[in-house]
This record gives sequence, C-alpha cells and structure tokens, in this order.
Amino acid sequence: MKTADLLERLAENPAPVKSATGGLAVAIAAGGLVSFAAMLAFFGFRPDLAAAIHTWTYWVKFAYPLLLAVITLRSAERLGRPGARARLGWELLPFAVIAVAALVQWTGAAPPERWELLWGHSHTVCPWRIVALSLPLLAGCLWGMRRLAPTRPMLAGAAAGLFAGSAGAWIYAFACNEYSAVFVAVWYTVGMALVGLLGALIGRWVLRW
Amino acid sequence: MQFKALMLAALAGDAAAYRSLLTALTPHLRAYYAKRLSRRADAEDLVQETLIAIHVKRASYDPSLPFTAWLHAIARYKLIDHLRRSGVRRTLPIEEAEAVVAEENADAAEAARDVEQLLARLPEKKRALVRDVKIEGLSTAEAAAKTGLSESAVKVNVHRSLRKLAEIVRRRS
Repeated sequence: MKTADLLERLAENPAPVKSATGGLAVAIAAGGLVSFAAMLAFFGFRPDLAAAIHTWTYWVKFAYPLLLAVITLRSAERLGRPGARARLGWELLPFAVIAVAALVQWTGAAPPERWELLWGHSHTVCPWRIVALSLPLLAGCLWGMRRLAPTRPMLAGAAAGLFAGSAGAWIYAFACNEYSAVFVAVWYTVGMALVGLLGALIGRWVLRW
Repeated sequence: MQFKALMLAALAGDAAAYRSLLTALTPHLRAYYAKRLSRRADAEDLVQETLIAIHVKRASYDPSLPFTAWLHAIARYKLIDHLRRSGVRRTLPIEEAEAVVAEENADAAEAARDVEQLLARLPEKKRALVRDVKIEGLSTAEAAAKTGLSESAVKVNVHRSLRKLAEIVRRRS
C-alpha cells in the first residue's frame, strides 16, 4: 500500500480517543475488587483487627504497601507514555521507611525474641498468598497498560508487577495477623518482588506493540 | 508548537487537523528512517508502521508533554523493533561472513519461495492480512487500522487463513 493511501485511510476516523488513564483506572479497580473479594472469601478480616489498629506496627503494615502501590502505579503509567521521563527515585522511599521501622523493632527486642519477629507463624505461606491476591490486579494493570505504549515493555511490566504486588499485599494485610514490622519488611517484600518479576516476564510479551 | 496544536485538535476529533498532522509528519519520519536504514524499501515500511502506531497509540500522548518527544520515542521504538526483527545485531568474524550469508540466503530464499507459493492459494485480501500480521509482525490493532476491518474480523480471517494453509501443507505431505 502506498503511504499516501494509508494516510488517507487513517485520517478518515480520528474519532476522539477515550482517555487511556481512565481505562487503566477501571481495569485496576476491577482487579482490586476481585482481589479484595478473594481475601474475604479465603482468609477473612483478622479477628483482632479492632485491637490491632492501636499498635504502630499495624500502621507500618498498612502504609508500606500502600505507599509503594501509589508510587509504582505512577511509574507504570509514566512508562506507558512514550517520551515521558520515568526516573527511579520515589520508589526507594517506602523501602527506606520499612527498613527503618524493622531496624527499630529488631534492635529494641531482646535477642531471643528477634527470631520470632522475623519468622512469625506464617512466613511459609505469606509471600504466596500475596502473589495469589495480586494476580487479578496484575491482570487488570497489564490490560489497562496495553492502551498505552510502553517503549520498554519489560520495565513497564516490572512496574505494573510491583504495583500489583504492593496493592495485593495491602489487601492481604487486612487478613494477616502478624504483628511484627520485621516480618513485613522481609516476607511482604519477597511476595511483592515475586509479582514484580512476574510482571516483567509477562510484560515483555503482552506489552509489546 | 504547530504539531502539538494539530495533535490536540485531532484528539478532539478534528479530521482535517488530523490529516494535516499525518501529512506533515510523513516527510520527517521518512528523513528519520532514511538516515538510519540503508534499504529504502525498509525505510518506507517503517514510515507506514509508525503512522499506524501513531494512530493506534494516540491515546498514549500526554498533552502536558512535548509532542516531539512522544513522536521521537515512537519512531525510535519502531526502529529498534525493526532492527531486532531483522537480526542486524548479530556479529560474525568477517572471514566466515560470506559463507554464512550465502547459505542463509539459499535457505531463506527457499523458505520464502515456499511461503509465497502457499500464500498464492489464498484470496488476495486474506493473503495481505496474513502477510501483515504473521510476516511483517503488525499487531491485530495495527492491521485493523490499516485495512479498516474490526480487530475481531482480522483475528478470524488470519486464523481461518492459517488453518487453510495448514490443511494444504498436510495434504501435500
């Protein structure tokens, strides 16, 4: 086909495009709802929630994934826009926060208690539950990002994965009754990183255009 | 910024602005690819691919950013994609290059002939679709934009065509 003909055909329908960000938001909201429903169905709210909200470690567990989710979602959206700058920087903030919180708790505890802070009672299942709860969010986020045009599909996929992982972890935190910031710093991070890795691998394929 | 104004009007649904924009961009793209690719036909293919990408991905333009940065990033992505597909980056000691090229050419030529013979059995429109999607590597959305078919029509057509080709091959062997 001649370029001039192609151009005519394309120019025939410049129909105003739907906002790509709106599509992304809807896809993520849908994924989040599925994920939240799955959390309620399989685990339920932690029974001691009313008491837990008076401890500082509860709010660490609440804030760390939420902060990371907000920041990585923004990065994923930027990475989907050709020519936009996406610099690593803010992503490090939540990790700094959790590292400080974990360190404070670790050094403040008596040495025999430290291992209990680290292992908790659910470290063998926690990362996997986070991965499982993140999958609907990952699907939604990648789906929404296909409307955009990531010029680095693997990196954009990793950002989408970290977002899904941290949002999934935030949802899981309503069910998880671990009380230690050290536990969250290690096992939540492992779960979120796994989803980030998964996002990078899948993004490499599904975000190409 | 003239391009940006046209783009914003186009995104709002102004067909005339959109046509002017694409028309104005074409020589820029042609120059961009001509400078970077030795084969002229490749450059023109990429101009077309990039025009289609601009069309399909126009929602990814963020009006708060410079239009040229967006355009350049898309052109560069398509260029890298093309180079990767055509395997330009492979390196070889120069003494062996000739033999390998000759051999690869013979294999490739044979394979290309087989493919052409097979494709000739398809009706013209389907042949063009299969070529765009399966050989040139356009996405379904891009092929849909190029032909004016819906995306699902493109998928169905390509799928049926491939099944038919597979049948032909099976009967032959």
